[in-house]
Amino acid sequence: MSSIFWWVILPYIVGTILVLGTLYRFAYRQMSWAAPSTEIHEKKWLRIGSVCFHYGILFAFIGHVMGILIPRGFYLALGITDEVYHAFAIIGGAFAGLLVVIGLVILLIRKIIHTRVRLHSTFADFFTVILVLVVAALGTYITAIYDVFTREYEYRTTIGPWFRSLFTFQPKYHLMESVPTIFKVHVIASFLLFASIPFTRLIHMFSFPIRYPFRAPQQYRSRSHFKR
Amino acid sequence: MRIKTQVCMVMHLDKCIGCHTCSVTCKNTWTNRPGVEYVWFNNVETRPGPGYPKQWENTDRFKGGWVLKNGKLRLRAGGPVSKLANIFYNPNMATIQEDFYEPWTYDFEHLFTAPKKDRVPVARPKSLMTGKYIDKPTWSSNWDDDLAGGNEIAPTDPNVQKLQEHIKMEYEKTFMMYLPRICEHCLNPSCVASCPSGALYKRDEDGIVLVDQEACRGWRFCMNGCPYHKVYYNWNTHKAEKCHFCYPRTEAGLPTICSETCVGRIRYIGVVLYDADKVKAAASVEDPKKLYEAQLSVFLDPFDPEVIKEARKAGINDQWIEGAQNSPIYKMAMKWKIALPLHPEYRTLPMVWYVPPLNPIMNHIENEEELATDGYIPAVDQMRIPMEYLASLLTAGDTGIIRHVLLKLTAMRVHMRAKTVGGVDDYKHSQLLKEADTSVEELEEMARLLAVAKYNERFVIPTGRREMKDDLFYQQGACSIEDLAPPEGMIR
Ligand code: SF4
Ligand code: SF4
Repeated sequence: MSSIFWWVILPYIVGTILVLGTLYRFAYRQMSWAAPSTEIHEKKWLRIGSVCFHYGILFAFIGHVMGILIPRGFYLALGITDEVYHAFAIIGGAFAGLLVVIGLVILLIRKIIHTRVRLHSTFADFFTVILVLVVAALGTYITAIYDVFTREYEYRTTIGPWFRSLFTFQPKYHLMESVPTIFKVHVIASFLLFASIPFTRLIHMFSFPIRYPFRAPQQYRSRSHFKR
Repeated sequence: MRIKTQVCMVMHLDKCIGCHTCSVTCKNTWTNRPGVEYVWFNNVETRPGPGYPKQWENTDRFKGGWVLKNGKLRLRAGGPVSKLANIFYNPNMATIQEDFYEPWTYDFEHLFTAPKKDRVPVARPKSLMTGKYIDKPTWSSNWDDDLAGGNEIAPTDPNVQKLQEHIKMEYEKTFMMYLPRICEHCLNPSCVASCPSGALYKRDEDGIVLVDQEACRGWRFCMNGCPYHKVYYNWNTHKAEKCHFCYPRTEAGLPTICSETCVGRIRYIGVVLYDADKVKAAASVEDPKKLYEAQLSVFLDPFDPEVIKEARKAGINDQWIEGAQNSPIYKMAMKWKIALPLHPEYRTLPMVWYVPPLNPIMNHIENEEELATDGYIPAVDQMRIPMEYLASLLTAGDTGIIRHVLLKLTAMRVHMRAKTVGGVDDYKHSQLLKEADTSVEELEEMARLLAVAKYNERFVIPTGRREMKDDLFYQQGACSIEDLAPPEGMIR
């Protein structure tokens, strides 16, 4: 029974909060939708922390797409054996994970010791940094330590198919029952994080200005013909 | 031809008395909120001096404006792709602590509540950003006002550092002038091109450059993308803010707050017509010294019937065409050519123009009583403010243009003096006119506009083009930030 809660009900609740919360914020809270940078207060720590963290999380995201969204069969069809895949996943994943963790620790220290940055950080800001740090630390532990020293866990036959099945609305929750606890904790912590996205600074990830390189440098806008 | 209208300002520097009234009224109207205490949409700098923010003209540091690379116009700080790669950390951005200043108030409360003691209580400075006491403020937006800081601070002016001969701040050689600055509402704004979200835009109706507060995502490239450093980051709302030319006032035909309250009456506002198709070419001229001329070439003669016809076609109404014809800006900047753009070499085509100051050179002339008229010509060349300094501010280093403007202004003074008190010999008088390449009529018109023009002549502002089926009541009485920023700020 409990596995139905953790692997079916919780994911859908989180998904609903994420989608509806984001839409609500987009529609009614535009004024608060920004990347709340504190670079104007401090830039030396930020330079290392922010760059490490953000690039690390980009790599980690790509890694998760490769490991969770792309099925194992795809790699096998390409002739990539499990050994080769895991070697890459461990090296790449550990690198990305360490970048994220180091970056976050630097940012967290900065948030605590730099007076102006601390005073301008809200509860949500600390909550976000700490939760992302927990998720990232678990993920890095799994990749860099558990997979290397305990055993190489083949998540592409359990977590992967379960996660994909959420999107087809036929959740294969029983696949999650045999998963090692440490993986389960990582997944549940991540879902908590996803649920918090609409209410925190993390919202800025959805507005990465990907269209910028393709638009005209100068923008004219008419007062009369522009309607919100 | 793609005709557009632009509201512009001219500042006649001769008349600026450095009173900061403009800055204070602007601040009280627009930036007296938490998050923008350090922001001055209008500021008045004493020159030579580093300005506000410190050394904003140092393009190596902030990388503002445009450069010409292989004949193509490029943002100095890097194009869109490099910006996206640097989006997590902007290496060229200024910080409050180093480049602006930590704003403060005073603990006035203490004066009332202090217990009876031997010593008089003091109101200690208290940071507006942390609420903590600041023992000793060391910098602000006007720390070097009136050359305070002398030969320690004034030589940090990037323009001074550029001059060949080193200007020593010796007492008898010192010079000083005021430079009031607002956003230039450029024709080729690099702030707009720097914004990844497309939140900054130039308004079609009047050319005012604005930040859409709902579209701004706080990426901060506009801050240093503007070579004049006139876009600011509100640390409370995490969005960019800038001078908006008091558009709620100009739409109603009123001058901006800074102009309305200017004590020296140095400011003039009017509209001009320009051809938007010519802007890019004008900003891409190879030789920086030719940029001033190129900039003038984009403006259209509002009396030309062809231009009027095209303007009507482009939806510009008669009130605006008339406004362009009576525009004091058109007269000073385009017709008489006595108002110059600030740092044309940034290639943004700035739309706030400056009449260079003349006063200090006249101090150089001894026994003016006996002075023959052509004595004024060499005087222009030996002025107190080095011509190279003015040229480095206003003409990308071309002293010829500055000399011509100063001669014209001198000729105006000499002529008006001859008219009222006499004592100027006719032959020399006409020689001065010839050298200044001007006529008596022009000088008298200039004297009228520069010295005696009344409110309605200084500010010729057609009201917002309301006939365009505009929803006038949209968000009436709304404050753009009231949703987000608690009025009392994040810090108690
Ligand atoms: S002066 Fe104003 S319009 Fe020009 S680049 Fe700077 S902010 Fe933009
Ligand atoms: S109010 Fe006018 S005279 Fe006074 S500082 Fe400002 S521009 Fe100069």
